[in-house]
Amino acid sequence: MNRTTDALIPQVGVITDIRQETPDVKTFRVNASEGGKLFEHMPGQCAMLCAPGVGEAMFSITSSPTNQAYQEFSIKCCGELTEYLHSLEPGSQIAVRGPYGNYFPVDKELKGKDLLFIAGGIGLAPLRSVINYVLDHRADYGRVDILYGARSADDLVQMKEIREVWMQAPGVHVHLTIDRPQDGWEGHVGFVPAYLKELDFASDKTALVCGPPVMIKFVLAALEEMGYTKDQVYTTLELRMKCGIGKCGRCNIGTKYVCKDGPVFRFDEIDELPDEIW
Amino acid sequence: MQELKNRIAQLLADGSVQRILGWKKGEMDYDAEPAFFETQASLDDFVYHGFCAANLSKYMIEAAKLPGKTLVCLKPCDSYSFNQLLKEHRVDREKTYIIGVGCSGKLDIDKIRAAGIKGISGISEMENDTLRIETLEGEKSCRRKDVLLERCHVCKGKDHVIFDEQIGSSQDTTDGDRFAAVREIEAMAPEARFAYFQEELGKCIRCNACRNVCPVCNCRKCVFDSTKFDSVQKVNADSFEERMFHIIRAFHVAGRCTDCGECSRVCPQKIPLHLFNRKLIQDINTLYGTYQAGSGLEGKTPLTEYHPEDAEP
Amino acid sequence: MYRINSRQMEMLFRKITEERELYLPVKAGGQVNFAAWTADAEVSLDTLKTVKSPKDAFFPQFESLYTCRTQEGKLTIEAEKRKDRPFVVFGMKACDLKGIQVLDQVFLKEPADSCYAARREKGTIVALACAAPETSCFCPVFGIDPAAPEADVCLWKIGEAYYWKSYTEKGAALTKSVEPLLEAAEDDAVVEKEQARIRTMVKKLPLSSLSLEGWDGAHMNEKFESPLWEQLHRPCLACGTCTFVCPACQCYDIRDYKTAAGVQRYRCWDSCMYSDFTLMAAGNNRTTQMQRFRQRFMHKLVYFPANNDGMYSCTGCGRCVEKCPVSLNIVKVIKAFAKEGAANE
Repeated sequence: MNRTTDALIPQVGVITDIRQETPDVKTFRVNASEGGKLFEHMPGQCAMLCAPGVGEAMFSITSSPTNQAYQEFSIKCCGELTEYLHSLEPGSQIAVRGPYGNYFPVDKELKGKDLLFIAGGIGLAPLRSVINYVLDHRADYGRVDILYGARSADDLVQMKEIREVWMQAPGVHVHLTIDRPQDGWEGHVGFVPAYLKELDFASDKTALVCGPPVMIKFVLAALEEMGYTKDQVYTTLELRMKCGIGKCGRCNIGTKYVCKDGPVFRFDEIDELPDEIW
Repeated sequence: MQELKNRIAQLLADGSVQRILGWKKGEMDYDAEPAFFETQASLDDFVYHGFCAANLSKYMIEAAKLPGKTLVCLKPCDSYSFNQLLKEHRVDREKTYIIGVGCSGKLDIDKIRAAGIKGISGISEMENDTLRIETLEGEKSCRRKDVLLERCHVCKGKDHVIFDEQIGSSQDTTDGDRFAAVREIEAMAPEARFAYFQEELGKCIRCNACRNVCPVCNCRKCVFDSTKFDSVQKVNADSFEERMFHIIRAFHVAGRCTDCGECSRVCPQKIPLHLFNRKLIQDINTLYGTYQAGSGLEGKTPLTEYHPEDAEP
Repeated sequence: MYRINSRQMEMLFRKITEERELYLPVKAGGQVNFAAWTADAEVSLDTLKTVKSPKDAFFPQFESLYTCRTQEGKLTIEAEKRKDRPFVVFGMKACDLKGIQVLDQVFLKEPADSCYAARREKGTIVALACAAPETSCFCPVFGIDPAAPEADVCLWKIGEAYYWKSYTEKGAALTKSVEPLLEAAEDDAVVEKEQARIRTMVKKLPLSSLSLEGWDGAHMNEKFESPLWEQLHRPCLACGTCTFVCPACQCYDIRDYKTAAGVQRYRCWDSCMYSDFTLMAAGNNRTTQMQRFRQRFMHKLVYFPANNDGMYSCTGCGRCVEKCPVSLNIVKVIKAFAKEGAANE
């Protein structure tokens, strides 16, 4: 994997496309300044995006490694840096370093398994990378179920791709839900954990979960009720990170550094760590 | 100390107070730490001696939010800080029981070490104003008045400005002029003065101990902790910032600083930070009449009151 | 082995600076810290503990990483030059040397930190055995021998002479460059006697028998969940004194500094005791001072040794013991847990 040559020094990235996903989420397409991809990555890995003078933060790479043309980041506007990124136009340049962290074990434990993706809101971003990777290596995996929910229909990201690609793909079943009824929405209404219990999936799948902490908590409880064990469930964590290489200390939880040993963890691994992640 | 210990044990036992804020015996004779005592058993470790220099008034900001009353031991100078906090509505008087404890000046372990006494394993305060010091090389002694904290040489007096009861005797330790050092610096040539401050402030490691210990540095969020502020609280990006942090702080506490001396006591690099505060206190005294922050609860303060005839400094 | 009279040290420093930068304990404003040698510097090799540890020599409190400039919408990123001049850190003590070994575990692990790695490569360490350990010292607890620091060159001050022994290639190179000033000495016995004297003294230190039993990865959650933290942290002022004087603390922040010539991205020491340490736009996983206080000690005494073959991220230098504004420190934490453990048995 060709990480930025010096782990501390970023490269210049060019924003080549910006897509408004929801009122507060935009997807940014980023290329290397000389064209082509910034680097090679694996699904679930992150990169540090920096707007000099504004700030730097870790974002998960939402595009699949199988995308040979560019990397994408879906970013929710929630702070100083993200507000600034949202104000940018295509052609703008930012500083990028990465990729950092581990990845969902698409080449190991996930192979041959039926996969259950469960996402809430912007939490779809890291899972989207895995989903598209799986679709591009369709024969290597079993049935795919995607349960995705958001506050409202307007808060669901990547709807075009969900409708045109995922829903059309063989062996892929998409289940959408929104928190409250809404005009024009004919799909399911209700919180993700409740819908999960309703759908009552077989308990032999491997689940990949990402969303707000409270959703993750209830999803895990629902999965356990359905007969899942913690070693069948993966998630990706978000903590304050600065260096990205397990040195600056702030994403340290117990013996782990989320930026380096994570962000992807299996729930039985999380269970062994001190309880201060959420 | 026994009288004090008996009294607080009694007040805790009869439910008058829910906890005691005092000092706890350390590993050595000179490292007592501020502590809360909530049980009779825990009071075994309660101490009050020459090394209990920490001003406990700031802890009362949080302690007064706890259920029930907190008994706090305040030395005469600490009582000024408490009064100032009260005036600024930072503490709840109703939830505080103050025992004004006597004070015969507090000791500076670094001064003892600087006097060449190394390997200190024990220190006893003797009747005749001397300290008996056990060291790895045998017993040594020194005079109490040679190793007092700087602030004790210019003590504001041994009267508590606020208390519910007083326990213990005091001994005057004043033998210096509070503003002498300020005048010396004022008398320096500008270049020499600049060099002096550059050398002193150049030592700052931005640990924020001075700010965090200061009773009147009690903003819920300090401007230096803001993520939107270009300057940062943990490093001096250049020599300009190095000076600005302390100067901004001094101005922010002007008219509110009681001169408790905690900033200089805790500075790991021994920067005489109190001099900034004293300079401002001196100027306030000169421009608006003598004023001691924390001395009373009533009335306006020199910097929060305006008269048309006020000086234009 | 060589010997040099203390009166010759000035000449030695001068000689070293002909080819190398030299950092050593210097008194300024009444306080002794490691600083660059100058002809008028007040060198204080007899100081046992500098206020700050000498870790600045390899991991400075502030260092620029790179500068970003934007011109007509084009961003350029210029990396700061890595250390390329050889330098000597002179007079480090055994505990501070151990601090560097702790930092090595962090910064040299893949992917290595290029700024730190460059300094480690260019730096030669001359250590000095501790002639008079203090009662705040507890380095033997971490298996450190202050009579025999493991550096490129080690010195012992005996009487008016410094005995000089080189242990590594870097040490040999430095020795060769100053050889005209050194006098050959074949008196190993003198040094051994001094070492024996130091070791006897160390045994008498009140904190040197501290026990670290139970401070390991196996007891991680038990320690983490202890109600003692709630008690222990209460006097903590949440300042960064302990962190900033510590030879083994290595957490840092990366920030922007806007200059006329562009945006400088720099890193600076940070403290897990500070309220913004884990703050992010989406939340904060340590919101109380108890959590932050616990993190510092859990990291030093549990997480770090669990990840580094039992090496603690504390060297027993005792700076926090001497410098904490409220006399709270790692020794008191360890002892409080030991007392609690004994009471529960």
